[in-house]
Amino acid sequence: MANRYSFWSLLRHGLKHHQSWQPAWKSPRPKDRYDVIIVGGGGHGLAAAYYLAREHGVKNIAVLEKGWLGSGNSARNTTIIRSNYLWDESAFLFEHSLKLWEGLSQDLNFNVLFSQRGVMNVGHTLQDMRDIERRVNANLLNGVDAVILTPRQIKERVPLIDIGPGARYPVMGASFQPRGGVARHDAVVWGFARAASDLGVDLIEQCEVHDFIVENGCIKGVNTSQGPILAERVGCSASGHNSVLAATAGIRLPLESHPLQALVSESLKPALDTVVMSNAVHAYISQSDKGEFVIGAGIDGYVGYGQRGSPHVIEHTLSAIVEMFPTLSRVRMNRQWGGIVDVTPDANPIIGKTRVKGLYFNCGWGTGGFKATPGAGHLFAHTIAHDAPHPINAPFSIERFLTGRLVDEHGASAVAH
Amino acid sequence: MFLIYCPYCKATREEEEFHNAGEAFIARPADPEAASDEEWGDYLFMRKNPKGWHWEQWQHAAGCGRVFAVKRHTLSYRIAGSWTLAAGKALFLQEGGV
Ligand SMILES: Cc1cc2nc3c(=O)[nH]c(=O)nc-3n(C[C@H](O)[C@H](O)[C@H](O)COP(=O)(O)OP(=O)(O)OC[C@H]3O[C@@H](n4cnc5c(N)ncnc54)[C@H](O)[C@@H]3O)c2cc1C
Ligand SMILES: [Zn+2]
Repeated sequence: MANRYSFWSLLRHGLKHHQSWQPAWKSPRPKDRYDVIIVGGGGHGLAAAYYLAREHGVKNIAVLEKGWLGSGNSARNTTIIRSNYLWDESAFLFEHSLKLWEGLSQDLNFNVLFSQRGVMNVGHTLQDMRDIERRVNANLLNGVDAVILTPRQIKERVPLIDIGPGARYPVMGASFQPRGGVARHDAVVWGFARAASDLGVDLIEQCEVHDFIVENGCIKGVNTSQGPILAERVGCSASGHNSVLAATAGIRLPLESHPLQALVSESLKPALDTVVMSNAVHAYISQSDKGEFVIGAGIDGYVGYGQRGSPHVIEHTLSAIVEMFPTLSRVRMNRQWGGIVDVTPDANPIIGKTRVKGLYFNCGWGTGGFKATPGAGHLFAHTIAHDAPHPINAPFSIERFLTGRLVDEHGASAVAH
Repeated sequence: MFLIYCPYCKATREEEEFHNAGEAFIARPADPEAASDEEWGDYLFMRKNPKGWHWEQWQHAAGCGRVFAVKRHTLSYRIAGSWTLAAGKALFLQEGGV
């Protein structure tokens, strides 16, 4: 690696007043032709390029990004990472990713600040608790770490939470995945970008893909804002914009794009050292290393590409947060934003081939794909390299919506994220 | 946040009173028994999901409860109008919608 980061490099550069750091990745001009083009320079697209180069020996790869790297949902999410999904297929998918997270900073030689502070999914009703018990048992059978916490154990971990008898949303228990946690979203993007660039991947920013070039049912390349770029294999990983791009190749996808919002507070002293989520009231919260409370809201109920959401959605989430954490009622919120997430009918993603030969899609990650960044990239790379899915993503084909073999995590998994 | 006109109540109200019920005018296969898996899957799950003008169904959930058609732009969120489903569909077909 050209510029290996280490304690010694930090010290050496420190002594030179940090004047001699090199850019973390190159910004080349696009070539006319590549072996593989990845559309979308978010975490997923960059990870796919990285694993294609590292594990499948593909030499000539470009990632085309319409804005700057990580300008989409990769940098807009609440960074919750977990693998405690109900169904076998989803549990294997997300556990595959969680395992990659556990070695990622070493792999990339970039500290992605992966913090396994645990993820707690709180139950408020008897039915919630039955679902939680079922899910925890299913997780254990699949080798995913999971325990059930009593209200008292929850209170010990999270002193801020109101478990009193008068609580608007009574806390009856929770599932807890100790290996879950959060990571630094930008660092994940930068880490994959730097490692991919080191392996010779061309990262092309400010290059919007307008449409796919398809001839006789085979992909030939893409038309972009920087002109046509050819490739016999193209992987599309454009989150909220996948349907729009697919339509240019005459492909219909089972996706709807919705705004999803998040917000952060002013910085406070450390007061919450785990992640708390509640499916029933649709609120989830953690505290960043900078001290901000990071709060995620729900999606707007309609198709929307405006990167902002409706105020009443935030109001709903914040009222639930304040009920659960009354001491936060006077905390001021600093920033609020939205991202466009592409949601499938079964709340599980698509990683697979299309009817157009050589054109692949990694999409439908909806509200919960950050946790999948390394795993999705890894499996997407495999699918593109072999023109066939890896056993882990085989159930997540587009065809499942035609055969009816859905993997319905809606309501089955812990919460939307 | 936007305002929606209900063609039944003949009133303009806040978005919160309404419930979005998805893409409008998706044609159900005329003979379901004869439809292929592909046609049936397409009908059930595949969506236009456009970045632009979108014909969609809205229900006046906290009002009259009825469902009607709205043509809304999914980027600017501008609304071109609200119609009863029948009137909306006629307009949709006139525009060449499929
Ligand atoms: C508010 C919010 C909170 C969330 N919270 C969580 C969470 O806690 N945990 C979790 O696991 N997930 C969460 N998610 C979901 C997660 O952010 C996404 O699933 C994930 O980041 C998707 O990664 P990606 O790389 O596919 O997408 P992106 O980072 O969006 O990358 C797609 C890229 O494609 C580019 N692009 C689009 N169209 C084109 C084009 N025509 N040409 C070229 N480039 C194009 C975009 O600019 C973008 O950079 C959240 C999402 C949001 C919005
Ligand atoms: Zn009405």
